[in-house]
Amino acid sequence: MTAADSSSNTSPACGDCVLNNASNLRKLGVDPAGHDIVTAVAGNPNTGKSTVFNALTGLRRHVGNWSGKTVDRAEGSFEYRRRRYKLVDLPGTYSLLSTSHDEDIARDFLLFGRPDVTVVVVDATRLERNLNLVLQILQITDRVVCALNLVDEAERNGLTVDSRHLTRELGVPVVPMTARRGTGMTELLEAVEQVTSGAITTRGKRVQHRDNRVEQAVSRLAERIEGKFPGVVNTRWIALRLLEGDPSVERAVADGTLGELSTAAVIAASSDGNTT
Amino acid sequence: MSTTLDRLHRGQTATVTALELEGAERRRLMDMGLLVGTTVSVDRVSPLGDPTAYRVRDGLLVLRRGQAHLVHVDLPEGDPT
Repeated sequence: MTAADSSSNTSPACGDCVLNNASNLRKLGVDPAGHDIVTAVAGNPNTGKSTVFNALTGLRRHVGNWSGKTVDRAEGSFEYRRRRYKLVDLPGTYSLLSTSHDEDIARDFLLFGRPDVTVVVVDATRLERNLNLVLQILQITDRVVCALNLVDEAERNGLTVDSRHLTRELGVPVVPMTARRGTGMTELLEAVEQVTSGAITTRGKRVQHRDNRVEQAVSRLAERIEGKFPGVVNTRWIALRLLEGDPSVERAVADGTLGELSTAAVIAASSDGNTT
Repeated sequence: MSTTLDRLHRGQTATVTALELEGAERRRLMDMGLLVGTTVSVDRVSPLGDPTAYRVRDGLLVLRRGQAHLVHVDLPEGDPT
């Protein structure tokens, strides 16, 4: 940790020292060459996703302090500790139960794009509202790192977040950071590296359904979806949406586009550049 | 005392008891943190009273009067409406 802390103000001699974690980061911009690990950047609108994206890839995607700025998906790459990562910057969303087109893009990628790891950027000053999306993502994957952004602003408002406690509660690493100033970036990279390499095993918090009958109905329905659409992931999530009467999911199941949706997202994830 | 969100005045705080909305609109409000049991206060009101901004879980939520009317809340006793 001390090496990471000192990385921002090191002397030239530290340049390529193995203890200097920042030197392990190579920003590759839009690099069409192969990559090993697909990383999604998700989060509520206006939490600093694009700032994190730019800091890691060296790209200059438009950053602005208003909601709905990022409406499509952007991709960039970087190398950290000799592993290549592809970073996918997603539009902000409050929920995986989307209601608009840009939220659909985020939802489809998170559900069916099968990222190796998802970085959920949360706003420390509005933590409670942000945790809704974190919990929803934890229902579909354990491979999550929570980037607790804007801690400087929270501190200015007299708020300190106990990130270690939050890590225990959520079951995934929570990294406090101020993306705008680059603080916490090395710790974020370390956490992403550890989750994807399996150095740490995450056990995301699962929400329990109070009624056992819901649980049974979901299992039965999920099984039937698997039978009908082999290879589709997150069938439990789809089953829950059907039980809830989500019209867009109902349509996808009825006209058979559900199968296409998942393959399309996988193809998009493995191809290069912007597909939107 | 039981009332609806649109009847609150600036500065008043109440607790949500029911959402009369359905489908995507209900879902949306719940995603924004408005659930049964949530504390809501009136933050600011536009000149004609529609829309109104409410403070919900440290965030601002702006609702049309028609939507706010469908959110049932409980005002603590002794708080004059």
